[in-house]
Amino acid sequence: MKYVCLGYIEEKKWETMPENERNAMIDECFAYDDVLRKHGYFVDGEALQSARNATTLRWKNGKVSITDGPYAETKEQLGGILVLEARDLNHAIQLMSKHPGVKAGPFEIRPAEDLTGMIRESEQRRSTIKGE
Amino acid sequence: MTQNAVEQVRESVDAIYRAESRRVLATLIRLLGDFDLAEEALHDAFTAALDQWAKEGVPKNPRAWLVSTGRFKAIDAMRRRARFDASRETLAGHLDSTIGDPTEVDDQGVEDDRLRLIFTCCHPALSPEACVALTLREVCGLTTEEIARAFLTVPPTLAQRIVRAKAKIRDARIPYQVPSSAELPDRLDTVLQVIYLVFNEGYSASSGASLTRSDLSSEAIRLGRLLLELLPEPEAIGLLALMLLQESRRTARTSPTGDVVLLEDQDRLLWNRDQIAEGKALLERALSSRRFGPYTLQAAIAAVHAEAPNAAATDWAQIVGLYGLLARVQPSPVVELNHAVAVAMRDGPGAGLVLIDAIIARGDLDVYHLAHSARADLCRRLGKQAEARAAYERALTLTQQEAERRFYERRLRELG
Repeated sequence: MKYVCLGYIEEKKWETMPENERNAMIDECFAYDDVLRKHGYFVDGEALQSARNATTLRWKNGKVSITDGPYAETKEQLGGILVLEARDLNHAIQLMSKHPGVKAGPFEIRPAEDLTGMIRESEQRRSTIKGE
Repeated sequence: MTQNAVEQVRESVDAIYRAESRRVLATLIRLLGDFDLAEEALHDAFTAALDQWAKEGVPKNPRAWLVSTGRFKAIDAMRRRARFDASRETLAGHLDSTIGDPTEVDDQGVEDDRLRLIFTCCHPALSPEACVALTLREVCGLTTEEIARAFLTVPPTLAQRIVRAKAKIRDARIPYQVPSSAELPDRLDTVLQVIYLVFNEGYSASSGASLTRSDLSSEAIRLGRLLLELLPEPEAIGLLALMLLQESRRTARTSPTGDVVLLEDQDRLLWNRDQIAEGKALLERALSSRRFGPYTLQAAIAAVHAEAPNAAATDWAQIVGLYGLLARVQPSPVVELNHAVAVAMRDGPGAGLVLIDAIIARGDLDVYHLAHSARADLCRRLGKQAEARAAYERALTLTQQEAERRFYERRLRELG
């Protein structure tokens, strides 16, 4: 089963870390990602640039409003996403508990929604419309 | 069949329900992979028992019969539903072919199933409220009405909480497992927390008219005994000891009019000596492991109180030492507060007040009424009337418990 793991980080803390500490953390994280890949648990992953490089779109007053910055105005910001393949929640927790990144900031683990049924129904509806 | 014979079968089935239904449920959940399916199967199995045992007599191994019958009835029910919904066909087939003959589940297997159930109901991915509701419902077999009443809420709220918890177990795929030995200490902590939450709700109800709700405390003690049977870890032993030692004071804790009676004022003749004896024996067992966890240490403190024939004879020096240990093992402002109160008893109110003022100044227990009432008590003993009054008034604003409020109001009246 797929679990999406959202890694959060307090950017200021990360940026003011001594370089050697930061590099050590980075090395540990990459090494662990490789371990996950080796076992087939790593489906996908992406690191995110700083939240200051984010842009947020909102629907407001009948049109799209664009603002600078991230959606969440929290101290901890999203730093990276990891899509995990695990047997069950305990397995996902075990795998991510050992991820060095958890020392840098919290991981939210959420099961991916299986959209197979929804996609099938939507395709049926859309093909019916096309057929008319 | 005669009316009398039917009655006898019904009584046998009732007795077996009381003794075995939780075990049967725990195994059915494993076999069927779903809480709701298992509960339906349990109900169907007992219904079938009433009918068939009247004709064939009570089987030699009722539990195995019930598990087997429950499982077959569940598969039958799934097949019938599959005729309307093709996706269920595969599930029914899967259930039919999985695992060997469930009647071969031995006693150890059953105990493993009960542990699986406890650890699943007390999973850290579920909120503490959800764990409490789910555990009381599935492990203890309380009805939603009983649980709702105990927690001063309405059955639909409780039912919804349980439905959501089961949905999360299913959707997030929380597996029906006993944690591995690496994970066991932390996971056991969660279970102990849930049990102690239930106990505390019954021991000192957080709001409402009655100071204690004894049914919940009894249920918690029963849970503690079950856990001990299945998993004799030192902290599990320590928790049961703690609960028994605290429970032993129940009758003495409230006056006939329902008012709070402080430990120092309690009639120790009302303390339950059997529970104290059992608590102390369990404590010895826990301490002999040389692993001093927080529940074991709290039990040790309770035991020091239990051993004192009267309040004046309390060995406060030992209690101060134990709180010091507890503060290292489980540092928290509440532990610090209790330590300060013990220091006051050993060294005089002035010494304790210095410590409590420091805790409150840090802002840690600002909204904890017991911090202010402890402070008030020490000020009162030092003759600082005005400060005592202010502190009792603050405490009054911070508790909804009627008996406690009456106590603070009484103290305020005594201060004049």
